[in-house]
Amino acid sequence: MHPFGRFDGVSTTDMGTAAVRAALAEAGVGKGGFQAAFCGTAYGGVATGHKVLSRLGMTGMPILDVEAGCASGGAALMLAAGAIRAGQYATVLVFGTEKMPKGIIRSSFFDPWQEEAGLAATPSFFALRAQRLCLTSCVTKDHLARVVVKNRRHGTANPDAMFQKETSVEEVLASRVVCEPLHLFMLCSPNEGAAALVLRRDDLPSTSGVASVTLAAAVLRSHLPGSVLSESTPLSGLTDDSVPAPTTLAATAAYEEAGVGPGDLDVVECQDTDAARELLSCEELGLCEPGGSAALLDSGATELGGRLPVNPSGGLLSKGEPLGASALGQVVELVHQLRGECGPRQVEGARTALSHTVGRGANAGVVILTR
Amino acid sequence: MRVLVRDGLFSDTDPPALLGSHCLHCGSTLFPRTDTCAYCATEGPEAVELSRAGTLWAWTAVTAPPPGYTGDVPYGVGVVELPEGVRVIGRLTESDPAALSAGQPMELRVVLLHQDADGNDVVTYAFAPTPASASASAAATAAESDRVGS
Repeated sequence: MHPFGRFDGVSTTDMGTAAVRAALAEAGVGKGGFQAAFCGTAYGGVATGHKVLSRLGMTGMPILDVEAGCASGGAALMLAAGAIRAGQYATVLVFGTEKMPKGIIRSSFFDPWQEEAGLAATPSFFALRAQRLCLTSCVTKDHLARVVVKNRRHGTANPDAMFQKETSVEEVLASRVVCEPLHLFMLCSPNEGAAALVLRRDDLPSTSGVASVTLAAAVLRSHLPGSVLSESTPLSGLTDDSVPAPTTLAATAAYEEAGVGPGDLDVVECQDTDAARELLSCEELGLCEPGGSAALLDSGATELGGRLPVNPSGGLLSKGEPLGASALGQVVELVHQLRGECGPRQVEGARTALSHTVGRGANAGVVILTR
Repeated sequence: MRVLVRDGLFSDTDPPALLGSHCLHCGSTLFPRTDTCAYCATEGPEAVELSRAGTLWAWTAVTAPPPGYTGDVPYGVGVVELPEGVRVIGRLTESDPAALSAGQPMELRVVLLHQDADGNDVVTYAFAPTPASASASAAATAAESDRVGS
């Protein structure tokens, strides 16, 4: 990992290099030890992965940059896992590195006229989704604030997080309204960072001194049309509410691939771009019934020490969101959780873990790890 | 001169209309107008004008100018449900979320966005509370925002 935050004078290549160097050292893999590399990035530009591996003196193998919005890292992992499963490679490097522009994310996804008309403000789409969640379930603004308080409390124990200070419901609600019902503290910060890991065919002997974790599923899905508030940000949708969300499509496939269900999970890192997104993610991942996310939060289950801690790393609300690196940041966190290496934020006895990212495209990635 | 923010999106007539498509195969209504149905991939849906009136389904206000936007803030953004079974995202003429309520009757308008470099008035489509609903919603809104907010 390269910590997530703001690092003036540190380039996308610098951060990627630091993360890759650390992952290779941890895995006991050196030059010539991997046959392909997949790099997740959305704003990195042409040949981001090549620049990192050139710096490290490790090129010659195929290097692919992968863009899938917020799920870029998950997409890179899916491609790497598929290539290993197909017998193409035995060991693959997967990393993500990103340096996001400051402020509201400007995306080439939108046509210029949408920006001109004011219909390309990313937080407004989050807010509309948050409002619908409030209108159609028991979720209140207080719940939204408490998601932030929970994740920021978790983040105090994560040295790689951007925000490591606790906050309170009062402080969250006192921060300025960005788009009603979302206040500034309820939105994650686009920022900078990198994450990397090494994926190895499961019949090969470990080259590191630490216990291996198994990648049980790595799934990417895009949206089906119909939901006007889908992450595909269409201008219209149907009044039919039965269209499954991309997260649900990815989760369903991932549970099947891994042979586990939501009831088997011990720890989850999910997309909390905004506070309502965490609650919605819990519902779409099947961690609770549809409409049951307020009760799940109220029960304390998703706190550290609860039945199913969600975002023990502090989530994106604490770490910030470097698009290409955020999904792999979750996976690195969960690898350490399954190895029992997380210190004060450790989920005791965790054996099955899920990571989830969803965003522009739409793209949704779900990864399941076991030990 | 008056120019549309995007040609082909709406007709700048009195009354105005959103320009959409209706799929003859699956019956879906699409906006903006398209040459292929997004739902069933059938080509050549028929060109239609969408209903001018609908009901408010979701709404918020943008309080800081997003990238590429030079107009005024705050401004309303919302989703209006039209009788042909379609929900459309657009600007709202109301920028105070507390003044709006779920299910409120809304109607299509064309509003000024800003003046471009050539001095043209750039206009876009927006939804406005129908005059009758604007006053009627005030009481209902208080109860609604109590539940959603604070």
